[in-house]
Amino acid sequence: MKMKGRKIVGGKAEGELIVSQKPLSFLGGVDPETGIVTDAESDIRGQSIAGKILAFPRGKGSTVGSYVIYALKKNGKAPKAIIVGEAETIVATGAIIAGIPMVDGIDVSKLRSGDRVRVDADSGEVEVED
Amino acid sequence: MYLTKEEELVLAGEYGYALQKAMEILVALGEIYGADRLIPIKSAQIAGVSYKNIGDAGMEFLRDFADAGAKVSVYTTLNPAGIGDDEFMEKQREVLELYRAMGIETTSTCTPYYGANLPKFGDHLAWSESSAVSFANSIVGARTNREGGPSSLAAAIVGKTPNYGLHLDENRKATVVVEVEAKVRTFVDYSALGYHLGKTLGNDVPYLRGIQPERVEFLKELGAAMAASGSVALYHVEGETPEYRDAVTDKLETITVEESDVKAVREAFSDDWGDIDIILVGCPHASLAEIKEIAELLKMRGRPLKIPLFITASRAVKALADSLGYTETIERYNGRIIADSCLVVSPIKGWYRGIATNSGKSAFYFRSFGFKVRLDDAEKLIKEAP
Repeated sequence: MKMKGRKIVGGKAEGELIVSQKPLSFLGGVDPETGIVTDAESDIRGQSIAGKILAFPRGKGSTVGSYVIYALKKNGKAPKAIIVGEAETIVATGAIIAGIPMVDGIDVSKLRSGDRVRVDADSGEVEVED
Repeated sequence: MYLTKEEELVLAGEYGYALQKAMEILVALGEIYGADRLIPIKSAQIAGVSYKNIGDAGMEFLRDFADAGAKVSVYTTLNPAGIGDDEFMEKQREVLELYRAMGIETTSTCTPYYGANLPKFGDHLAWSESSAVSFANSIVGARTNREGGPSSLAAAIVGKTPNYGLHLDENRKATVVVEVEAKVRTFVDYSALGYHLGKTLGNDVPYLRGIQPERVEFLKELGAAMAASGSVALYHVEGETPEYRDAVTDKLETITVEESDVKAVREAFSDDWGDIDIILVGCPHASLAEIKEIAELLKMRGRPLKIPLFITASRAVKALADSLGYTETIERYNGRIIADSCLVVSPIKGWYRGIATNSGKSAFYFRSFGFKVRLDDAEKLIKEAP
């Protein structure tokens, strides 16, 4: 399955999807040391986003969340790429300062955790293996 | 979004890593919000100063950015810093040093307009403190979106911001008319009105009728509360604020604020004096006139307070209060003026149980942190306090 979105931060990545169907807060929602989701309202609570392709509808919470994304990268626990339904400033800024490829405008409800996916953020393309 | 040749070069990294990252942030925001181009800004004001808020993650980013040679290109000031134990203060000083290294004036206040950073009508800005954003947009008629810490820093470095949101004429029009039928006269009435409206309106641009704020501090307080309990970044007051004449162009929905609405806010914050162990005035940071008033109220009270009174203010205003003798008077009655800082961004949980304040913004935050809160005018607080 191929999906077309929009480039927020360029770059390419390939890997296993982890999908949250709920908006995600990074500040207080993801542990910057381990990459494990701690947000009590999240449907991927307790799972790690490290080294995966992370998809969720949109960011929420404090703007300091951008710095948490940066810390994840510095600690080697960042996702390889970020896919969102709708980009907002917190996640977009975090992805930029951390240099994580990011695409928006993707219908995240069609994605499933565990699937393999290729992200070409330069062209905004997301390809899920059948 | 259209970029000039120069901007393209910055984005391509011709001028180094720091400028490139800053430009990437601005371009991404511009694309997300449909900006047509970047526009020059006159000044920036940056949030993300308290170590309590940005933590080690934010510090690491600031350090890497400063080490990469990031420098601001417009006049830039900071939000208040936090106060904490020795370990906290050491980190806090480090954060300020990093900002200083980037060429930022490290006056840390939510009221930069009482000193170093006063914009004028029509100026484009990149400010992030929500009450200062409201003041600049509504009372001065300057133009800024509610920036996040990193986006205001990026704008300060590049000296530009994407042209969207409140930078555009069409987004500065009122979206709702508010008929205020409640009697709104004092500082805390304006606080309570703002608190109520913020909760009701979200990010609307309200046009208020039926109030005649006597002092600019009342408007400051109204906007701060609206920006805390909601995300109102611009409001108009008929006959008062600089853009009200052109604010209502379409037929708009009208809401009414009754006496009971304002009363309900005051009743929601009426915890007993027995539960209160600190009085806090100066959120947003107090003006010189507010400080003078407190000094006079304390003299009228005639005996020292049993619980401490903290007045937070910008360094500029505190220097004036010092030289005019107000600070000395206030200290005689167990009060203190704290410059450049704010208790809302300090790790004070456990230090106090309950606060008495005249600020709807403070009331909102301290209640959300689990404190007991009493909201009333400074005059009553100082008269009634133990």
